[in-house]
Amino acid sequence: MDFQDYRAGEHAADGPDTGPASPREHLVVIGNGMAGCRAVEELLARDAGRYRVTIFGAEPHVNYNRIMLSPVLAGEKSFDEIVINTADWYRENGIDLIVSDPVIAIDRAARTVTSRSGRVVAYDRLLIATGSDPFIIPVPGYDLPGVISFRDMKDVDTMVAAADAKNNGGGGEAIVIGGGLLGLEAAHGLSLRGMKVTVLHLPGTLMERQLDEAAGWLLKTALEARGQTILTGADTAEIFGQGKVEGVRLKDGREIPASLVVMAVGIRPSVALAREAGLEVGRGIKVDDHMVTSDPAILAVGECVEHDGQVYGLVAPLWDMCRSLADGLTGKVNPYRGSVTSTKLKVSGIDVFSAGDFSGAGAGCEDIVLRDASRGVYKRLVLQDDRIVGAVLYGDTGDGSWYFDLLRKGESVADLRDLLIFGQAFASGGGQADPKAAVAALSDDAEICGCNGVSKGQVVSCIAKGAHSLDAVRATCKASASCGSCTGLVETLLAITLGDDVQSGPKTMCKCTSFTHDDVRREIIAQGMKSIPEVMQKLHWGTPDGCASCRPALNYYLLCALPGDYVDDQQSRFVNERLHANIQKDGTYSVVPRMWGGLTNPRELRAIADVVEKYEAPMVKVTGGQRLDIFGIKKEDLPAVWADLNAAGMVSGHAYGKALRTVKTCVGSEWCRFGTQDSTGLGVRLEKMSWGSWMPHKFKIAVSGCPRNCAEATIKDFGVVCVDSGYELHVAGNGGIHVRATDLLCRVSTEQQVLDYCAAYIQLYREEARYLERTAPWVERVGIDYVKQRIVEDEVGREALCARFLYSQSFSQDDPWAARAEGGEREQHAHMAQFKPVKAEEMA
Amino acid sequence: MIGDWLDIGWVNEIPVRGSRTVTVDGAGEIAVFRTGDDNVFALRNRCPHKGGPLSQGIVHGHSVACPLHNWNIALATGEAQGEDKGCTPTIPVKVDGGRVLICRTGTLQAAA
Repeated sequence: MDFQDYRAGEHAADGPDTGPASPREHLVVIGNGMAGCRAVEELLARDAGRYRVTIFGAEPHVNYNRIMLSPVLAGEKSFDEIVINTADWYRENGIDLIVSDPVIAIDRAARTVTSRSGRVVAYDRLLIATGSDPFIIPVPGYDLPGVISFRDMKDVDTMVAAADAKNNGGGGEAIVIGGGLLGLEAAHGLSLRGMKVTVLHLPGTLMERQLDEAAGWLLKTALEARGQTILTGADTAEIFGQGKVEGVRLKDGREIPASLVVMAVGIRPSVALAREAGLEVGRGIKVDDHMVTSDPAILAVGECVEHDGQVYGLVAPLWDMCRSLADGLTGKVNPYRGSVTSTKLKVSGIDVFSAGDFSGAGAGCEDIVLRDASRGVYKRLVLQDDRIVGAVLYGDTGDGSWYFDLLRKGESVADLRDLLIFGQAFASGGGQADPKAAVAALSDDAEICGCNGVSKGQVVSCIAKGAHSLDAVRATCKASASCGSCTGLVETLLAITLGDDVQSGPKTMCKCTSFTHDDVRREIIAQGMKSIPEVMQKLHWGTPDGCASCRPALNYYLLCALPGDYVDDQQSRFVNERLHANIQKDGTYSVVPRMWGGLTNPRELRAIADVVEKYEAPMVKVTGGQRLDIFGIKKEDLPAVWADLNAAGMVSGHAYGKALRTVKTCVGSEWCRFGTQDSTGLGVRLEKMSWGSWMPHKFKIAVSGCPRNCAEATIKDFGVVCVDSGYELHVAGNGGIHVRATDLLCRVSTEQQVLDYCAAYIQLYREEARYLERTAPWVERVGIDYVKQRIVEDEVGREALCARFLYSQSFSQDDPWAARAEGGEREQHAHMAQFKPVKAEEMA
Repeated sequence: MIGDWLDIGWVNEIPVRGSRTVTVDGAGEIAVFRTGDDNVFALRNRCPHKGGPLSQGIVHGHSVACPLHNWNIALATGEAQGEDKGCTPTIPVKVDGGRVLICRTGTLQAAA
């Protein structure tokens, strides 16, 4: 039927001119999935008050992103992270959500639906969004316990449970039947969860509907290298087992054992309900260009429909359909004309892109192929009449959006043809690879985010309306908010749209959280948080126990905020700090005892020499900070080495820590002709004050006795240059990759002032710098004027900082070597068990 | 020793989110990990990248970050995560009545 008929139907009286007093039409939606909910979202965006909405869902959940089930299975995301609309969203929009109660009948004459629990609900408009059902091959044994599909959260839960059983010593291997997108994602997830996975695929090529043979072979090789077994041409004869799945037998007689079989051979439109209601059904529920079925009061959208002879199993067409549908429901003509689809493989680390028709069967089709075996890159474009009709990219999919854009537009590529295969930057810019130009050249309706169906135009307008950061774009138009593979494109669009003004915005601490380092520090203080699990809980960490980036940072922030109270978390420390020695490339350690101000004596030198001989250390070296470094000590020997050094009165030099390392000195007035002050003595006093303190990063001090600066004080985190009138205090120098000379903080006249200013400066750094930020970038970030204001101009503030540092030091200044040398945490150094290989006969 | 399983000690001897090592004479070291959710995994104690002792890395989720160059290795599969490529042999391991058992043949194969 045509659109005009639909609008002129018997409900025309309830059209746009209806006053607010008249009852609103009731829209009942069957299906709480991606299509049903998206249709409602689109409708709300156009005219929120137009319909009263009731949604029926078969699953016990709010609306979630089904295509993100794979990351949930792989353990990369939690269910909460893939929820699209929370319960609040339904409530705030006045939507009645009925879950765990599928609709089982439609009475078109009475205009009611009946649910499994017997609920009868009347509708004015009905929207069927029942999606699709997994296709189950009816081989013997298909109904055994342990045979599942991969379609909803329940399936994911079953797979996770099976993998966990395996890890606890039971269970066995998993088989995935079906080497399409869904099957490979299931196999990847199960494999990451520790199961031995075999993929059985009937055709000779994986993902044969998206990939050609060459790309399919590359994919198979890559998956096999990850430990999966891929059997193509594998025809399943039977699933066998007593009471539950034990394995699969192929038609060629091979038997593969498994305790879990996942059938992912395909999906088909879920049409039973529509068919029983007498709607016209082909492969799917037949709809016109406005998503209206053969009954004018009933619409259908998503994978359950057939439009113009096509059914779709990908997500992008849903968005097009939902837009047409919502326009239609709000009185605007916007016919749906079908979708051209592209596919990106979301199995992490393998880049595959395919779009259009690559089978090359059409008359007059030509192929352009680029094969670079050593880079693992394969690209194939199928051209017909100088237009791209298909594209397959493997290994380098950066130009996927460009090819897809050209394909959808049907533009002639005759002028580009020679360079087409090398990608957009090359073809349009004469070899100048400028990724910005490539993105800028995309048309407004080019798809940026496939997961959420967001076009370039939508992203740009959302940026123009004030979303000036990646997070803001994600929150506003959802681009890059799902699988994240388009994040680079969105960032480029931000850069193009905002020009040089782009504020990349503070980076989040790590991928586990949306908070920045500064946010986390502020919240720890504000909420009085006392432990890492508490921070992760209260700040909604996205991972169960963080990562190697955030855990050491949180450990430090808590330690700094709660001196004396916080219990250090050893497992959140990098190995060097956990073992109080420097790990070296061969897995042995080096040990640096503290030599105050760089001074030593015969007793210490003797102890070091003895250790070198006794533990056969292959090398001793004077470090840049004037200390002796003993290399090549085995982890097991560390406690004994420390005991020997402790016995000579030496303590840990913290050469391994984000802490004060060394205070480098020259000889100063005691010996030097030019020395103006006792730089060595001052160095010792500074080191005795500041040793043992944990900091955001390593911290180095130097004291030079005169402006000749033999101790190189002007490239240290805190440097003192002695002059006739007193002391110049320098800060934020760095001798690392980016050499930076210090900024002058101020001049002071007494040694005590040097110590006080140093303590205050260290404490300001400890309290305000981000973890792993050395003083140079920190001072550049906040500005030397800010530091001067806090340390030099604000006397009360300086004294408070100094007092907080000294208070914290009252807990920090104990030698970590001593406790270990006495046997503390022995398990850090001892093997749990030691074995000698046993001969076979002894085993029997 | 129980059949093909080697008893290496109490699970409580391994720190949570930490690891202990087991040596095999003439071969290499095995790292036995205990995760935050109390799963136990065993891997050869060598990162596939430059041989770093994985037992000394930071354990997070079901991964360990190698202490040398911060490669993340999946504890269940031994595979390097993200863009990195490489695999460390895994050793079947189970916990029975609080005792940690590792597979004897797996240990010899992995350590060799």
